[in-house]
Amino acid sequence: MKEATKDTCISLILLAVAMSAIAGLAVIAAFIFREGLPIMFKVGVREFLFSSAWYPGEGRFGIFPMIIGSLAVTVGAMLIGGILGLGCAIVLTQFCPRRLADFLKPSIELLAGIPSVVYGFIGVVILVPLIAEYLGGPGLSVLASSVVLGVMVLPTVTSISIDAIQAVPRAYREGSIALGATQWQTTHMVILKAAWSGIIAAIILGMGRAVGETMAVIMVAGNTLDLPHSILDPVRTLTSNIALEMGYAAGDHRKALFATGVTLFVIIMALNILALMVSRRRARRVGA
Amino acid sequence: MRLSPCVTQRIAVTILWALAATTIAVLLFIVAFILTRGMPHLTLEFLTQSPRSMGREGGVLPMIVGTLWVAGLAVMIAAPVGVITAIYLTEYTREGRLTDVIRFGADCLAGIPSIIFGLFGFVFFVITLGMGFSVVSGALTLALMVLPTIIRTSEEAIRAVPRSYRDVSYGLGASRWDMVTKVVVRSALPGIGTGIVLSIGRCFSETAAVMLTAGSALRMPTSAFESTRTLALHFYILAREGISMPKAYATASVLILAILAINLCAYWVMRRFVAKVR
Amino acid sequence: MKWIVGLFLAVAAAMLCVSFCPWGRGGRGHAINCVGSTSVQPFAEMLSQEFDALHTGQMVDVQGGGSTAGLQAVAENIAEIGMCSRSLKDDEARKFTGIPVAMDGLAIVVHKSNIVNGLTLDQIRAVFRGTITNWRRVGGEDLPIRLITREEGSGTREAFFKLVMEAKDKHAATALAGAAGKKRAPIRIYRKAMTQESNGAVKELVKHDRGAIGYMSLGLVKGELKILAVDGVYPSLENVTGKRYPLMRPFLYVVKGKPSAGAQAFIDFTLSPAGQQLLVKEGLISVR
Repeated sequence: MKEATKDTCISLILLAVAMSAIAGLAVIAAFIFREGLPIMFKVGVREFLFSSAWYPGEGRFGIFPMIIGSLAVTVGAMLIGGILGLGCAIVLTQFCPRRLADFLKPSIELLAGIPSVVYGFIGVVILVPLIAEYLGGPGLSVLASSVVLGVMVLPTVTSISIDAIQAVPRAYREGSIALGATQWQTTHMVILKAAWSGIIAAIILGMGRAVGETMAVIMVAGNTLDLPHSILDPVRTLTSNIALEMGYAAGDHRKALFATGVTLFVIIMALNILALMVSRRRARRVGA
Repeated sequence: MRLSPCVTQRIAVTILWALAATTIAVLLFIVAFILTRGMPHLTLEFLTQSPRSMGREGGVLPMIVGTLWVAGLAVMIAAPVGVITAIYLTEYTREGRLTDVIRFGADCLAGIPSIIFGLFGFVFFVITLGMGFSVVSGALTLALMVLPTIIRTSEEAIRAVPRSYRDVSYGLGASRWDMVTKVVVRSALPGIGTGIVLSIGRCFSETAAVMLTAGSALRMPTSAFESTRTLALHFYILAREGISMPKAYATASVLILAILAINLCAYWVMRRFVAKVR
Repeated sequence: MKWIVGLFLAVAAAMLCVSFCPWGRGGRGHAINCVGSTSVQPFAEMLSQEFDALHTGQMVDVQGGGSTAGLQAVAENIAEIGMCSRSLKDDEARKFTGIPVAMDGLAIVVHKSNIVNGLTLDQIRAVFRGTITNWRRVGGEDLPIRLITREEGSGTREAFFKLVMEAKDKHAATALAGAAGKKRAPIRIYRKAMTQESNGAVKELVKHDRGAIGYMSLGLVKGELKILAVDGVYPSLENVTGKRYPLMRPFLYVVKGKPSAGAQAFIDFTLSPAGQQLLVKEGLISVR
């Protein structure tokens, strides 16, 4: 067979596979929007997103407490995961002897594979009683969820931050040391500033993971229908809402769960766009 | 009060080391906690028997089989499709608006919560297509879930291969397909492999998406159209319902050890590969 | 490189073969799926194990999810038998057939250290509506009351709602409504109640929280929690069999149309003397 024909054949086969993959994924997005959007408009977008009344039995679908719940838990998780993860990344790249770093980095990545239900379980068995005992409240709370999620996103934030810091040209570091700066001064005045966009991207991706987590949060959050008034209050997130009611929801109720999915979709898309914009800025700056 | 650079350095380093130590301590604690409580119950019977009395006694053999089946099938479907899509997007099309959109779409879908895939799988595979709670429903749902990740990581890996490799191949008279498979993909294999291994790990740990697609039957699945329970789901049910804490810990231990083993294996294979190719 | 690809293909081929060629006992449909109430689930599990021991070759798979999830599963042909821990509503009774297999008590449970021994129906209603928020007001310690409730699709929750929340009020309500000609405001469980998705989860939560109160299947308490007397009647075996305990609800097997031979066999076994004796031994009331 002629070379060109063979190439075209292969191209077509690959195209078919690629198209079906992309089509399959597009179908999911379309399905979710098709099921969810109509109910959002039927109930009224304002009512759906801003009302605190989630009473499916009466046909009332307001997910505001869940949005706040997801938000509160994610922000908390990023404070914990972000600070710890960034600290870890800085230490591993700047202050750690090479051999130790070579051992620790893959170890942290290995730990990223621990199932979320295990994190949730340890949260229930250890963290929740601790919070209930020493800080008050039922223990099942925004705080518990934030800590558990923060620990879960740690490996993600650490890995990507390490990549961002290591992407800073060596010349930056060497130049700074040559000018007489201490290691810490070099780190925070030069390297972190240069890697900042990558680190922000790491945090945003970590946020995405935190927003999407379901099982661990169901176990430690308490799942109330009320707005949390303090970090010691129980809370329900958007993902928990779907998981709890998915099995028995029918008709409008099920569509409302899809609408919750649409909300999550939009939030994740927004976070991704943000991360994209941030890394584009980085490419323009460091590339020069 | 203005501190000297040396002092700020010392303070900063102490704080940073404290943060790093906390991180590592927490992660180690989690693994240790589960393993110390679970290993004593991780006997040969546990791994080879079926559960009795809702999981209070017996073992987890059907769950091991179920997990391997669902995860294995999912990766068997998603890996080839994903890698081929990545190859097509990088080698066979021109960079442009369309590829940007597809890349963004894949990134978005890679970040979508697994529960949404579960909801989709439940309504589409289990109910609409009539497959019921089954290994197949679970596997297809998981395949869709990890597909975007595989596409993106493979794509990044392939794009990282230097242009010179391709030019040299053409210079030596290779066809496009030869160049792609024998040179580009081969060099990108560590990156592609990492993506696939991460996906296997994700399939193993997944609970929300399999809960209502593969179901939670305790029986050993004898066909792909039967319901089965994965290890992660079994652990969740045992722990949540308070059915049997020792068995729960043992199940979690099996999970953690399996995932650590897979990751270590892949890491080792990749290191050998990188050494060979370089 | 070649051997890895070869290995991958071999494993893939084997797996696809095993998955899609029916072997052993044949393809799908040979195990009866029994889906629904988490209250009925443990008992159905036991029955299915005994049923297995009879070696009829018919296998029964039991799953939870909640009573309404079970009804949904039967409606959508995912399951042959639905397990329900409440009586069917009117529109449900038109679509399905409910076969009573046992009677169960609904236990109001608190932590073992709670000094309260019993509550009236009105008190329970007030507690779950959120009008009473401290144990002090019902004779207990000065401790805030933590409400644990089930998800909306739960049969246990529905039964609780009907037997407790809507019980006496209904008569008063109809009288008032008739007099005023207005629609009555819906009775709701307090928003701050923490939602759990199964009897086991409720039990675990109440077991570890001194101020908690929840409701669950009587047969599943198994001495790990303190059960309160309702209106002065403690749900002992005599009171429950003698029908003096006010909170009783039926366990139903729900089928759509005529059950298949296998499903009928399992239903018959459950209703047989052997099956009923098993249930009675575990704390349920027989329907014979």
